[in-house]
Amino acid sequence: MSFAFFQETLLTLLPGVPLTLELAFLSTAIGAVLAVTLALMRLSGVLPLDYFARAYVFAFRGTPLLVQIFLIYYGLSQFPAVRQSVFWPVLREPFWCAIIALSLNTGAYGSEVVRGGLLSVPHGQVEAARAVGMSGLLLFRRIVLPQAIRQALPAYGTELILMVKATSLASIITLMEITGRAAKLISDTYRVIEVFVVAGAIYLIINFVLTRIILALEFWLTPHLRERPEARELPADSAGEHA
Amino acid sequence: MQQPGFFDLMSFGPGGWGPAMLTGALVTLALALCGFAIGAVFGAVAAFAKIAGGRIARTIADIYTTVLRGIPDLLVIYLFYFGGSTVLTSIGRLFGHDGFIGLPGFATGAIAIGIVSGAQHTEVFRGAFRAVHRGEIEAAIAAGMHPFLRFRRIIAPLVLRYALPGLGNIWQIVLKESALVSVTGVVELLRQAQVGAGSERQPFTFYFAAAILYLVITSLSSITFRQAEGYFSRGVRRSR
Repeated sequence: MSFAFFQETLLTLLPGVPLTLELAFLSTAIGAVLAVTLALMRLSGVLPLDYFARAYVFAFRGTPLLVQIFLIYYGLSQFPAVRQSVFWPVLREPFWCAIIALSLNTGAYGSEVVRGGLLSVPHGQVEAARAVGMSGLLLFRRIVLPQAIRQALPAYGTELILMVKATSLASIITLMEITGRAAKLISDTYRVIEVFVVAGAIYLIINFVLTRIILALEFWLTPHLRERPEARELPADSAGEHA
Repeated sequence: MQQPGFFDLMSFGPGGWGPAMLTGALVTLALALCGFAIGAVFGAVAAFAKIAGGRIARTIADIYTTVLRGIPDLLVIYLFYFGGSTVLTSIGRLFGHDGFIGLPGFATGAIAIGIVSGAQHTEVFRGAFRAVHRGEIEAAIAAGMHPFLRFRRIIAPLVLRYALPGLGNIWQIVLKESALVSVTGVVELLRQAQVGAGSERQPFTFYFAAAILYLVITSLSSITFRQAEGYFSRGVRRSR
């Protein structure tokens, strides 16, 4: 093990970081929209929508992500209709296939998280909102969604970390993100341990920073749960009320 | 050219891929079982270190779980796939054996999955141990049980019962993770589908069949775990 090789490995792997982050953030963002949609379908009370969402979640949580990636990247090209469609320039690209597969996958897992968040909003809150005349979208946007997001954030943070780890599968369909670069470097140099240590360290740092950001976001979104600041010295006359 | 349909390709007759795909599913199942068992051993040791170990043992267990939950599983599989044979070859050279020593893909995959899932097992076992009432352990001590008997008769059965839902989750994760071992060339379900897709030039058909087989395995597992949970908590009053 030499220091020079570590440095060289780091310089080879670091250019993969933007692609890893791009894959993780883009698919988590698309997946989040999908997750909210699916959760609302589950809770809509409309049976066909409910069943569709259930079947979707069942299928995507019950099969490996790699199978989903292969189905989209290799599988869809089996159909001439797909190859001649306007979507083909997108579906031909490994990058977009990875994004689609990751988004569809995290959408299924995320929908359960969002559903839990939506269900956790106390009924009284909705009643109060109706009492002041809110309904429909306004009620959802102002009352239900903010509280649901607060509730779901810690679990969604875990999902984001899982997504960062899942982006490594994109290397199997030729994308050269961190793991792809690491695998190539290993097969070029056969210095497994060094490359593994550097790649692992990069992922650990990314995930450590992300956890911190999520914790900060959680802190910022829940001012009402924080310990109250020390009571300030009150003027003599108003302090008398407490005695 | 008329292409054969889904059921022709997946049939059990001549030219059908049914038997091959089912064998692949069995290999997947065996791989997941071995990985799960290895993970349970790692998890039990690390959980013991975290609960009862000294500072050094606890730190090592903490590093193990933190690192393994922060890096992608695929990277760990690559480490064992490429690294295992490198280490073995250099050990062989130490003993005067020249040349490359390869590690069987199945064993490599099972160990890699085991080490990854061991980190999850650790947290599940630790949480389950916390759920065991102190009074139960105190009663066992009062009845004069020595540590091993206490562990075997009181702690292990209780921990297993509390850990069962968490273990069910890990099992599902392990099942899906076993698909990653296909990159090392082990002919499990996904690799078998790749082989079929390549030779019949119908990738969607084969990956779709693989997806359905995975779905069957995961749903049968979740039914089994639900029944096991019911069976093992038959002595517990339900709060309903």
